[in-house]
Amino acid sequence: MALLEVENLQTHFRTPSGINRAVDGVSFHVNEGETLAVVGESGCGKSVTSMSLMRLIPEPPGRIAGAIRFAGKDLLRMSDREMRAIRGNDISMIFQEPMTSLNPVLTVGRQIRETLMIHQGLDKQAAETHAIEMLTLVGIPEPKRRVREYPHQLSGGMRQRVMIAIALACNPKLLIADEPTTALDVTIQAQILKLMLDLKRRVGAAIILITHDLGVVAEIAERVMVMYAGRKVEEAPVAELFRSPRHPYTQGLLGAVPKLGSSLAGTTTRLAEIPGQVPDLRKPIAGCVFAGRCALATDLCRQYAPGLEEKGPGHIAACHYASKGAVAA
Amino acid sequence: MSVPLLQVNDLKKHFPVNKGLFGRQTEFVYAVDGVSFEIARGETLSLVGESGCGKSTVGRAILRLFDVTSGQVVLDGQRIDDAHPSTMRQLRQRIQVVFQDPFSSLNPRMRVRDILAEPIRNFGLAKSATDLETRVTALMDTVRLPREALNRRPHEFSGGQRQRIGIARALAAEPELIVCDEAVSALDVSVKAQIVNLLQDLQREFGLALLFISHDLAIVEHMTHRVAVMYLGKIVEIAPRREIFAAPRHPYTKALLSAVPLPEPGAKRNPIILGGDVPSPINPPKGCRFHTRCPFVFDRCRTEEPHLRSEGEQWVACHLDALPAG
Repeated sequence: MALLEVENLQTHFRTPSGINRAVDGVSFHVNEGETLAVVGESGCGKSVTSMSLMRLIPEPPGRIAGAIRFAGKDLLRMSDREMRAIRGNDISMIFQEPMTSLNPVLTVGRQIRETLMIHQGLDKQAAETHAIEMLTLVGIPEPKRRVREYPHQLSGGMRQRVMIAIALACNPKLLIADEPTTALDVTIQAQILKLMLDLKRRVGAAIILITHDLGVVAEIAERVMVMYAGRKVEEAPVAELFRSPRHPYTQGLLGAVPKLGSSLAGTTTRLAEIPGQVPDLRKPIAGCVFAGRCALATDLCRQYAPGLEEKGPGHIAACHYASKGAVAA
Repeated sequence: MSVPLLQVNDLKKHFPVNKGLFGRQTEFVYAVDGVSFEIARGETLSLVGESGCGKSTVGRAILRLFDVTSGQVVLDGQRIDDAHPSTMRQLRQRIQVVFQDPFSSLNPRMRVRDILAEPIRNFGLAKSATDLETRVTALMDTVRLPREALNRRPHEFSGGQRQRIGIARALAAEPELIVCDEAVSALDVSVKAQIVNLLQDLQREFGLALLFISHDLAIVEHMTHRVAVMYLGKIVEIAPRREIFAAPRHPYTKALLSAVPLPEPGAKRNPIILGGDVPSPINPPKGCRFHTRCPFVFDRCRTEEPHLRSEGEQWVACHLDALPAG
């Protein structure tokens, strides 16, 4: 049984100008110890998906429907009290902005202690010792001094390490990392990615990595789910997805990213553009969500939404012409 | 050899901090501390480096958004850094800028038509009202926006479209140099590709020189002719694209390149992972500024500051590089 099974997740928001279907019927699973990357551009619903898993969507105006089964239990049917016991304990989260997600008026030690005292019932002394261990684990030098410091005294990379320390303090089974390195410089990003890979090996938590950076995906994910306009359009093991993307959107995304070292091959080719922009999710979309920007789109695509079909082992895509597209590409 | 379009000589910009109770200035942020380079007509020079390395400050000094501490900025033989306001006004026509954030860099209360017409009027480029209208519509065509959009306001556009408006506004003055300060960084992947392609087309069409300030090395490699790598207010390496990406010589350039995650699962590589963080530009390290994080540091680096030395067109500031080979 998978650790997390999400079935037909729908997260809609009521807005003055209509219902925004931010996530519209997404299903996926995460196995124990596995790293699943969720990729897509702004507004594709990847962050709303992760917030829905933790039930952090304010209701109203939001509304979450479907099923989110974690270790067999549906999180959407839990009481708030039961949910609080899950958050930060069995499932924890790292956010993009380490500055705004840490409390500026509490020492980092206290912020790590808090989760340990609430969930693990440790006393202050034991929690303090464990907090120092956690800071050591995430590679912060002089943890005994740092534990008494405030977030503003730390650099961006260190703050993100503290976030990871808090997230891992209770040995979660699932870690949701929402753009964990996007705000960081590339040399610091390399440090944090290496840390996440090391920790995964040691702690064994499953990871859902939300990102728009295909380089980061290639570096640490095992399986990838591509989202567009609130739907899942493709899912495949990481090597398979980069080698033979089937959905025209995935192909477009991969073509739009220049590769480092490309100039050495002689000529740099023009980047592939995906023309147009993401559709308005407040209007109902008949047919394929990508049809308006797709070079292969026909009347069939504009009228009937394609279902997710198996295109290879563990490889699914939602496109009427996916197999043809792959041949053409 | 022809005169370069832009010359920057030993540029320094120190920002005072800790003004103190009685206005005593006790410390300085050495944001840019002795930077020199040239840009030829029609050339793209990229400034790369991490947050706080001073790359944006260089861009702003060239635009003279503030006065520099010392050094010279020379456009086509004319000093910018100490130009009189009236001369500066004419010079500004020749250097334009595209900023990172297309949301805050356009006036929300102006229609696109007025945003584009303003620089044309300011610099007296249009001969008549009809000429102005022709120029404005031509700009929309150039950046591939529909002409109907002229009567709309910025909030009605997506991020990519706004960046097109920003580029059109820069082009309106008919500049020779455009400073692109992280101009594509805030955009989504597919839109980023559209804007990168547009910038390249415009450069070819109008013979524009670009100062492309960015932290995204893959985009830089795709666009640029030459690259200057900055670290803590100094250029550590400056070279043509091929040299930087095929044979980087400065340890920081090497680390920076190897830290970029490649979109190729299972790609074999040995990244150089730098320890620690960038030191504060208020108290930059003595000697080589990179010595606190450099994997190849030796005694001389801690005391003596390396200067840029050239081998062909590749300039590197590293003591290691000065050692005899082998």
